[in-house]
Amino acid sequence: MDLYEYQARDMFEKHGVPVLPGIVAETPAEAKAAAEQLGGGTVVVKAQVKTGGRGKAGGVKLAHSPAEAEAAAEAILGMDIKGHTVHRVMIAAGAKIAEEFYFSVLLDRAQRRYLAMCSVEGGMEIEQLAVERPEALARVAVDPLVGIDAAKAREIVDEANFPEDLKDSVADVIVKLWGVYANEDATLVEVNPLVRTEDGQIIALDGKVTLDENAYFRHADHAGLEDKNAADPLEAKAKALDLNYVKLDGSVGIIGNGAGLVMSTLDVVAYAGESHGNVKPANFLDIGGGASAQVMANGLDVILNDPQVKSVFVNVFGGITSCVEVAKGIVGALEQLGVSATKPLVVRLDGNAVEEGREILAAANHPLVTIVETMDGAAAKAAELANA
Amino acid sequence: MAIFINSDSKVIVQGMTGSEGQKHTARMLASGTNIVGGVNPRKAGTSVDFDGTDIPVFGSVADAMAETGANVTVLFVPPAFTKAAVIEAVDAGIELAVIITEGVPVADTAEFFAYAQSKGVRLIGPNCPGLITPGQSNVGITPANITGSGKIGLVSKSGTLTYQMMFELRDIGFTTAVGIGGDPVIGTTHIDCLEAFQNDPETEAIVMIGEIGGDAEERAAAYIKEHVTKPVVGYVAGFEAPEGKTMGHAGAIVSGSAGTAQAKKEALEAAGVKVGKTPTETAELMRAIING
Repeated sequence: MDLYEYQARDMFEKHGVPVLPGIVAETPAEAKAAAEQLGGGTVVVKAQVKTGGRGKAGGVKLAHSPAEAEAAAEAILGMDIKGHTVHRVMIAAGAKIAEEFYFSVLLDRAQRRYLAMCSVEGGMEIEQLAVERPEALARVAVDPLVGIDAAKAREIVDEANFPEDLKDSVADVIVKLWGVYANEDATLVEVNPLVRTEDGQIIALDGKVTLDENAYFRHADHAGLEDKNAADPLEAKAKALDLNYVKLDGSVGIIGNGAGLVMSTLDVVAYAGESHGNVKPANFLDIGGGASAQVMANGLDVILNDPQVKSVFVNVFGGITSCVEVAKGIVGALEQLGVSATKPLVVRLDGNAVEEGREILAAANHPLVTIVETMDGAAAKAAELANA
Repeated sequence: MAIFINSDSKVIVQGMTGSEGQKHTARMLASGTNIVGGVNPRKAGTSVDFDGTDIPVFGSVADAMAETGANVTVLFVPPAFTKAAVIEAVDAGIELAVIITEGVPVADTAEFFAYAQSKGVRLIGPNCPGLITPGQSNVGITPANITGSGKIGLVSKSGTLTYQMMFELRDIGFTTAVGIGGDPVIGTTHIDCLEAFQNDPETEAIVMIGEIGGDAEERAAAYIKEHVTKPVVGYVAGFEAPEGKTMGHAGAIVSGSAGTAQAKKEALEAAGVKVGKTPTETAELMRAIING
């Protein structure tokens, strides 16, 4: 999960990383009050969105008084930045910046360890720097068994060619940022820019943090950082039912078991859709391994409530999952819905207890259900029905 | 021959006494796996009856290995305890640890992988279905009755896509099918499996299944071009997956232009791998190769 800037700021502060005071506001009045609380002088009003390029989009404004902060918040709140609506702004104290640097530490999947990146040329897009002047971006491997200790931090600032008189203070901040990474189970901690102020302080001015959702069990506060408003209502409903669901834009509802098979099902439906009015999948829904009839029925409930869905493709290869449970879930869900069920279902079952599962569906003989034996054939049928 | 496991593999189960562990130990035994023990410090000295087969429970991996000569362990341990369990197995000197557990924090995996690597222990997973050498040994949760022994080697991040492909090619059969798992950090990669299949005289051709996220498939393509002389067919899932969304596999997330299904498909094709548009089409490409 990606954090908002203000959440990253708070997390940095908790781990002793030097940051500027910042207060989050959801209304212009709150923004004004926040600016007053910060002393009434110059502040920066920053849109809180989980995407880059907000400065260019007008989502960051300088305000010289609380009244200006209120006006800036008025302009920024509700703004659309690359498809993200701004619901919050952060009012941050102003700083006199002398220099801008860059630091990040992240998971290096390919090498199966961590990678620290650091540059004395901060502020710009780091991808651009990496392409245009790769020599200006130090890349230092971090051993997961050791982490970033004082010696590793020193190696990083040496590699990045920091001036001698800054090395100690920057290395000290880097060790603290590693503290955030390691103690919060992050997969990314990025500071851009890391700044030196005119009075010589090293401060993390803007931070990005990505947390590992698998580690929520040892961080009681992490789940609460998730943005409930931002989720699609169907996604929120699926989450409440403990289903692995992602809303997409097409019209063929998809249910399957196993992330790989469901991803493949989306592709096969889109491929079949090329011959049927270019229909596309409406969602990703993985009922997981060993799903019960109830889980299957819950999945159908979410999908059939998506107004964009015109047909549904149930694609199950039973490994641990029994086709009997899948068939019972389908029959049960349709019984519950009664006459309000109107969307056609195409079902393809294979694997564990396939014969018994198909028999249950055949016996129910529901007019909305079509059984197709192959995955490609079923995808074509579902696409055809969505395009009818 | 086959790769990583065969009829000589002596397997212990860490987490055998839990509900998932019991269920899958029964299935592994039923498919002929030589399961020699389970590990649970609180139940050492007891045994579990699996339909007439008594499997002893040991207090530690070291004890289990000393008593039984086990060389493979499979883990059905909850995420919070997986790191300690893997490190215990590595310290005991196990050759291969297969980690089925889903939801292991990636920092834990990075740590126990680095540790296992320093001791020369092979890990498979986490968050994987395990691997099967049909007719000889089945370590993990792969259904054993999909297909029998044959000439194809299979490597895949996904469990159900592995099953689908085994089903599609059940007329030919497999030497070994390895589900390497969908997490961002995994112990055994596509490349490790490609190398092993290339060196396995019984494997005549290889199916490689990939999915969006990371660049493992691109690196595998480069490896194939350089080192693999056996025919390889490929399949990549995730063309319709949107940027920035996690679809079940924590590793299957696209950020920016890298890691897209299209980029992976192109990299594989550039390495001479035939890539199918659907699992069925991929199976047909393989069938054409085997049947000449």
